[in-house]
Amino acid sequence: MCSGRVDPEFVFRAFANGMDGVFIGGCILNECNYITNGNYHALNMVLLCKKIMEHMGLNPERLRIEFMSSGEGMVYVDVVNDFVSRIKELGPVGKAEGISEDELSLKLAEVRKLIPYIKIVKKEKLQVRIGSKDEYPEFYSNNEIDELFSDVVSYYIDPEKCRACMLCARNCPVGAIESAKNQVHVIDQYRCIKCNTCYEVCPEKFGAVTKIIAAPVPDPIPVENRAITKKES
Amino acid sequence: MNIEVLTYTEVKSVDGEPGNFRVRMIKRPRYIDESKCTGCTTCVEYCPVRYPDKFNQKISSNKAVHIYFSQAVPLIAFIDESCLYLKDSKCRICEGVCKNDAIDFAQKEERIEINVGAIILAPGFEPFTPDITDQYGYGRRQNVVTSMDFERLMCATGPYEGEILRASDMKHPHNVAWIQCIGSRQSGKSPEAGNSYCSAVCCEYTQKQVILTKDHDPDARCTVFHNDIRAYGKDFERFYQRAENLSDVRFIRSYVSIVKEDPVTKNITIRYNTADEGVKEEEFDMVVLSIGLNPPVDHKELAETFGIELNSHGFCKTDPSNPMRTTRPGIFVSGTFQGPVDIPESVFTASGAGSQCADFLEYRRGNLNTKRVYPPERDVSGEEPRIGVFVCHCGANIGRVVDVPSAVEYALTLPNVVHAQEQLFSCATNSAKEITDMIQEKKLNRVVLAACSPRTLDALFRDTVREGGLNQYYFEFANIREHCSWVHSKEKEEATEKALDLIRMSVARAALLEPLQEFDLPVTKAALVVGGGIAGMTSALSIAEQGYKVHLLEKEKDLGGMARKIYSTLDKLDVQKHLNDLIRKVYQNPGIRVYSESVITDTSGYVGNFITRVKSQKGVSEIKHGVTIIATGADVYEPTEYLYGQNGKIITSLELEKMIVQKDMKITGSKKLVMIQCVGCRNEDRNYCSRVCCGESIKNALELKERHPGMDIYILYRDIRAYGYAEDYYREARSKKIRFIRYEPDSKPVVKIIKEKKKSIINITVMDQTLKKKVAIDADALVLAAAAVPSANTQKIAQLFGLSLSLDGFFKEAHVKLKPVEFAADGIYLCGTAHYPKLISETISQAYGAAGRALTILSHDTIVASGSVCELDENKCIGCGACVTACTYGAVQLRQSKKGNKAEIIPVLCKGCGLCNAKCPTGAIQLKHFTDKEIISQIDSVFVKKREEEKKERVEAAV
Repeated sequence: MCSGRVDPEFVFRAFANGMDGVFIGGCILNECNYITNGNYHALNMVLLCKKIMEHMGLNPERLRIEFMSSGEGMVYVDVVNDFVSRIKELGPVGKAEGISEDELSLKLAEVRKLIPYIKIVKKEKLQVRIGSKDEYPEFYSNNEIDELFSDVVSYYIDPEKCRACMLCARNCPVGAIESAKNQVHVIDQYRCIKCNTCYEVCPEKFGAVTKIIAAPVPDPIPVENRAITKKES
Repeated sequence: MNIEVLTYTEVKSVDGEPGNFRVRMIKRPRYIDESKCTGCTTCVEYCPVRYPDKFNQKISSNKAVHIYFSQAVPLIAFIDESCLYLKDSKCRICEGVCKNDAIDFAQKEERIEINVGAIILAPGFEPFTPDITDQYGYGRRQNVVTSMDFERLMCATGPYEGEILRASDMKHPHNVAWIQCIGSRQSGKSPEAGNSYCSAVCCEYTQKQVILTKDHDPDARCTVFHNDIRAYGKDFERFYQRAENLSDVRFIRSYVSIVKEDPVTKNITIRYNTADEGVKEEEFDMVVLSIGLNPPVDHKELAETFGIELNSHGFCKTDPSNPMRTTRPGIFVSGTFQGPVDIPESVFTASGAGSQCADFLEYRRGNLNTKRVYPPERDVSGEEPRIGVFVCHCGANIGRVVDVPSAVEYALTLPNVVHAQEQLFSCATNSAKEITDMIQEKKLNRVVLAACSPRTLDALFRDTVREGGLNQYYFEFANIREHCSWVHSKEKEEATEKALDLIRMSVARAALLEPLQEFDLPVTKAALVVGGGIAGMTSALSIAEQGYKVHLLEKEKDLGGMARKIYSTLDKLDVQKHLNDLIRKVYQNPGIRVYSESVITDTSGYVGNFITRVKSQKGVSEIKHGVTIIATGADVYEPTEYLYGQNGKIITSLELEKMIVQKDMKITGSKKLVMIQCVGCRNEDRNYCSRVCCGESIKNALELKERHPGMDIYILYRDIRAYGYAEDYYREARSKKIRFIRYEPDSKPVVKIIKEKKKSIINITVMDQTLKKKVAIDADALVLAAAAVPSANTQKIAQLFGLSLSLDGFFKEAHVKLKPVEFAADGIYLCGTAHYPKLISETISQAYGAAGRALTILSHDTIVASGSVCELDENKCIGCGACVTACTYGAVQLRQSKKGNKAEIIPVLCKGCGLCNAKCPTGAIQLKHFTDKEIISQIDSVFVKKREEEKKERVEAAV
């Protein structure tokens, strides 16, 4: 397993569990013993997470990545001691930033729910090997992250257009679409990961799945109104 | 399991013949019972004797009982001659503190006799020791150290834990000088000054030390006083530039002398002389002598014991057509006992020597292999997790800090834990037995061991679990030593708390562990060798001689490659004779099928099972092969500079070589001949050194001088890179009045053709950097040392086989030092100049090396793929392709299916890094053994107490 295996979910889950700091140790950059160079992936992921933390009002210093070799025990000790004392200075997560416990857990829940979506939207950028330290701070810009959260896409099935063909439901990777024969399909917004699959597979002639950007999703139609009568074609 | 390590053992005699040697040895007593010592180092702590630590160059001290160094194999202690008991029968403290009774002062020298089929000598080298009386004053002046000393000073496990300190005042030196060629490139007039040859590695390691010094202290001033910079290896030129371009780093070409040591500050003053600035003196905080490589101290005894001959330098005498062969059949040599070589050469000669030994063992291959037999694996899939927790004291290492009994008590309160106990040393044989017994007695189906780092003992305990009848992946390590007791030795309570946390996390994960199978894949017992030059033919023969089928592809009509144009080498190998021998052997070998004029149209598959389609003069063939060797060679650069092609007397080195052999008087009848080095490389277009050209020019020059002693020969060069023994020929060339003129890249030689009557003269002007004077030569002939460049089809081959290229366009190996013949993709190997320009002897070594690696696959009926690889849940895959881009091994591919694009994992190619897992938005890809669930369970259990409280609240609220 490589440091590139660290998932943003691991990071935010730790904060959601009340951890005050998260540290990731990777091998020295450009000294990968394989051809993976996964530490660059870890670095990229950390830079993204830090900006998201900033966006949430959390101090990004609570997340740190450092690169060192297995022979550098003393370096590791120094780094960890420094990190621990910095975290102690900062104080407990949320409280130190003036965010109430409830608000923090809401915010973290929201971010965690969006991780699959973020992975899809930032798919290309998350693979980029960052050239130099100078690029770190602005590799992901604050505007970019603000937009990421303000322009969140949602998917909605137009009850008028849905022909209950089940295609979207069958292709949904997380089983978020409630469906049955002759019943208008409905996306469970809580489980939806916004992967665009339903939008893609919905036959063009129906065009029932719509993308909603930065706006609320209409309430699902009640179960009793979902039956559709087949029109003659 | 098939390697028995005999440390502290000396070979006394070797009798018999290849295939059946009798080797007598003496094993010296280490006064430690190897089967009992667990490497816990408690004895080291209590030992009262402080003794200069040989491993750390005697800069710091160690104990009489100690482990030689932190990566020693086996990782157990030994007692050296400084022991009080061994000297005066006093002390014996270690006996008392060893809880495993491993100290054994009754040990005596042991005579061992074994029968072997073949022998490999790999005794390494001895660093040169500067004489105490010489001008540098090593041993007299405290702040003059050798590069070996400096290497230890920089190291985290070194005398000051990675702090570079001066012996005189224990302060960091900020102004460090290196002096190159100490003990190397000496004239031989005074033997104590060192060896005549170039040690081949010092330029490079000095550059590394400069870079690391700057890492330690970004403000450090580093100065390297050097002769030629011999950055002749792959990527070395770029490495040299990297060092040179750091701030406050100077490379100064000058001989130096040490003028004085300041009596108070102990700083060292160096006098040097440059053409630009004349004689200068400068003071440094520390001076590092870049020492060369000597043969092993006991080289004469070695030669006598093994019945082999040495060369004039005291290294092993080898055959230029097979540098791993000694003068005694059945005995091979690898690494620096062949002469000064770098790590990649050591690695591939090791592999090559290994594969050649197999020739003598072939008829009994596998007979002595030991295979472990395990009890059948119990199917526990229907059972609830039943976890056993074993907490190790590690003697006093853990037990003295962590409250082990309370950890055991705590473990019993955790969910799914049905058994917990403590052990003194879990790694001792009896403890392992206890674990297997408990698995059976308590019907455990998961084992958690709270002890040390999985790095050292994970494999051992997986084995233990298997012995107990469980799948080996039902094992989980909690590291409460390195991660806990060792770093928190002064905070016992907190350390115990942390140990409990670590155990709880491991138990949480253990409950979710799944049994994984390491699967066997059949191997097609045939090799595909791409390229029919010396490299390709040598590997093909080495593989075929061991009984495997080889398909050898050559793009031309005839075998031979670039070697067809080479006639001799510096070390007097008759290349054409060797080449013709090789070609004959290839055609005579019934196991080798040669496809000439071949073009590869398509290739697919993976290690053990490749399929390649080839068009050749044999028609279209579909070849099934288990391994692939890439030996596609290199081309010669066709110069566009120095008027090449515009005059029949301006030729390349290879053209000259042919003319010399053919006694073509057009050139060889010249009165004045000029050679220009570095034509087409070491420039912006090709930022590398072609490695072979300096030797090639010296060889041609010597040959010409031999035949036409009156000829004036000039060699215009930047650095003469006559590394290793080639230095001797360079000296010979200088002594024969071949004139060497150094130029700089920014004032390259200028060539003009002057027509005079019926004759045309080649006029060359150049700035001589040594004399700082412009020199004009009217020559009859001009010879260009043209670069070696990647062969024309390199890119195409790389695309076909999915291989990557390095910046300079040669094939990129898996690791530049440690895996020089392997590719990142399993089952594909590399040798010869396709890897990088190299000498014929080096090509042969690497070809044997590649064959050796390939044989490790071919000699087995199946290959085992790890169980911890990625797995895809197709229903969750949305075909976004993030995984495909993340995977550098080509183990994830997108394919069309009825349900649209879906990823597909080829488990044999997967290395288990998990990058794809982290990129997957839907969790469709999971890295087995490190699944999201398993890792998250650990993250969650860190704060389990808090969560439990919350849960309670929620439940209460719901009610």
